[in-house]
Amino acid sequence: MYKPSDEVDFVIVGSGASGGVLAKELSTNGFRVVVLEQGPYLNEKDFTHDEIKIFGQNLLTNHPKEQPVTFRKTTADTAKKQPAVMYGRCVGGSSVHFTANYWRLHEIDFIEHGKTGDIPGANFADWPITYADLEPYYTKVEWEVGVSGLAEASPFDPPRSKPYPMPPLPVKGCGVVFERAARKLGYHPFPAPMAILSQPRAGRAACMNCGFCLGFGCEIGAKSSALASVIPLAEKTGRCEIRPNSYVHRIEVDKNGRAVGAVYFDAQRNVHLQRAKAVILAANGAETPRLLLLSATNQFPDGLANSSGYVGKNLMPNSNVVVNAVFEEPLNDYKGFAVSRVMHDFYELDSKLGFYGGGGLDARYDFTPIAFALNGLPPDTPKWGKEFKNALRHNFTRTMEIFCHGTSLPVESNAFSLDPDVKDAWGLPALRLTFCDHPNDLKMMAWMRDRALEIFDAAGAKTKWSNPIAEQQFVVHLLGTCRMGKDPNKSVIDTDHRTHDVKNLFLCDGSSMVTSGRGQPTMTIQALAYRAADRITALAKRSEI
Amino acid sequence: MLSGYVGAGWLAANWPAMVSAAEHAHQAAKSSNPALEVLTSEQARELDALTSCLIPTDDMPGAHEAGVVYFIDRALKTYSSESLPTYQKGLEAVQKYTAENFPGVARFSEASEEQKLKILTDLSAESDLQKGVPRRGLPAGSTDFLRTLRFDTICGFLVDPEGGGNRNFAGWKAIGRDEAHNFVPPFGHYDKDYLGWQPATPEAEKK
Repeated sequence: MYKPSDEVDFVIVGSGASGGVLAKELSTNGFRVVVLEQGPYLNEKDFTHDEIKIFGQNLLTNHPKEQPVTFRKTTADTAKKQPAVMYGRCVGGSSVHFTANYWRLHEIDFIEHGKTGDIPGANFADWPITYADLEPYYTKVEWEVGVSGLAEASPFDPPRSKPYPMPPLPVKGCGVVFERAARKLGYHPFPAPMAILSQPRAGRAACMNCGFCLGFGCEIGAKSSALASVIPLAEKTGRCEIRPNSYVHRIEVDKNGRAVGAVYFDAQRNVHLQRAKAVILAANGAETPRLLLLSATNQFPDGLANSSGYVGKNLMPNSNVVVNAVFEEPLNDYKGFAVSRVMHDFYELDSKLGFYGGGGLDARYDFTPIAFALNGLPPDTPKWGKEFKNALRHNFTRTMEIFCHGTSLPVESNAFSLDPDVKDAWGLPALRLTFCDHPNDLKMMAWMRDRALEIFDAAGAKTKWSNPIAEQQFVVHLLGTCRMGKDPNKSVIDTDHRTHDVKNLFLCDGSSMVTSGRGQPTMTIQALAYRAADRITALAKRSEI
Repeated sequence: MLSGYVGAGWLAANWPAMVSAAEHAHQAAKSSNPALEVLTSEQARELDALTSCLIPTDDMPGAHEAGVVYFIDRALKTYSSESLPTYQKGLEAVQKYTAENFPGVARFSEASEEQKLKILTDLSAESDLQKGVPRRGLPAGSTDFLRTLRFDTICGFLVDPEGGGNRNFAGWKAIGRDEAHNFVPPFGHYDKDYLGWQPATPEAEKK
């Protein structure tokens, strides 16, 4: 559709949750857009229920062999190769395989530093925008991307301008068990808001409850991925080209410090420069900072847009722990999407408990059969033989999980950087993750785990156990690594998502977030993208890019 | 900067293998006794005996009925070819242990059930079999035979049959997973008498 030498209005790097929304909005607003996506352009017909292809061969995600990641706990350690980061690597990005939990942030998430004050060891800050600024865009996500849920079912929900466009998905056994037990304890469980269609909508089918959801692409387009929802709308404008198998590895900048386009490898590893009047990075909270660091020049020796030194820093992957239980009768929770009920009673916990933060619990079952056999049984179950088989047979249909999600404090040393030694299959420096949870977050998770175990007691679970609460060495929520802020010394982008340093370079994805929220970031990432598209459109119309 | 460039991209590198595996699976689905392509018939017989100890047959199908050995053969032919030496060495070690501890028993597959359990219990104590696996994603390739075998046996038993195992949904039957891919609620015991969402009542609030 476009040639790399055509100077389009915008080149967007990444076609996931935020890139897809930006592509749709900007092309609808009349701009010429090229989206460069590292991964392949797969479609519903390419999606499979083969767990080996999905989890073993990374059909939809970054491949640890071709794209090694290195991990170290502290800056004093030497990082070693480890699959420490997972993200979607196909058109639609991580929204193709995600669980599809769509929680809004609450008012507190934007202002909690002001309310709580400094916390030792944390680089805590408030957002330069508020919940009220984002509310119209949350609503837009719900109606345009497609979210099922029930407004006002949770007394802790922030204000909203419109109800959900669709009723919640049908309740699952885990949801009933959780709802009854949590109410017995005085809590307020509610139907999970999910980016999965409960009714046919916009030419897409409703969920048929196949049970291959988390990790898998939806073969009927009921999961509201960017691929199923906004990317077709972008393409329909006739002004947006999605170019797959295009691995961007440098943002080209001219002598005046303006971005001129994105340099990428095509599938044959030929190198091209896609020219554009402005560049938007929506490559996720790991690859966006990596790309800025890879784009260092004499003019920008520490990486592009990094005068603050904040590029890649303050990663907040959301603290989490899973608690499991087995019940007397079959739940058959392998049927359907993963999550059925959520509880936000612990969204803002009292600091008298000895830690800052909060979170949510959800009732779910996210195991597919192989994953269940490897990970779903009580830890003391024999690994093979008659007892192993009996446990599989009894528990596969009778198990459920309570997933505890919560805040992560931003810690400056928790960061993505370029590995000095390890290269990817294209010869580029590998992504290096340095990460160690703030002790506060582990304390909070231990507290949440205990509440989840109490709920299972109240529910009459026959067996219950918690996965260990351990320092995280594998992250999927890639948040905060190019944070938004008013002070150019303490943030990477301004409230228009424009980098403080390069006038025609914008960033919009999980990296933009200033705090972590309570565990489900994609809704916020997309609301930010809708808002960013409005801001960028206004700037372009005023010739201020 | 491009010196690290070797061969084609990962998709190009992996897709032919995936397509090939799918085709093999398709062939295998057509025939209940597909030809072995990598394993010798002797190796296949020993693996059948071993995998049948890991997931035995009772009133429900086990690894044998699911065609796990044929799944492993195809895996070794396609995406898991680097595991072949692990299998070869592992089978030799099992044979050696059997011969040393049960003179007169020619091979593992000819041992009594009791002897088989003893052999596997002893060998698994020295293996990485008890080590955990990551919650997300499947574990990276191991060179430990029993860990590899357990992993491949579980995969061959429970993978969607389009992945080349779980013949006639044998594994799903054994764990109680309906073979369908679309379901209508109620799904199980606890949701069948659910009356629909009701806001919490003030009485309940007081408790």
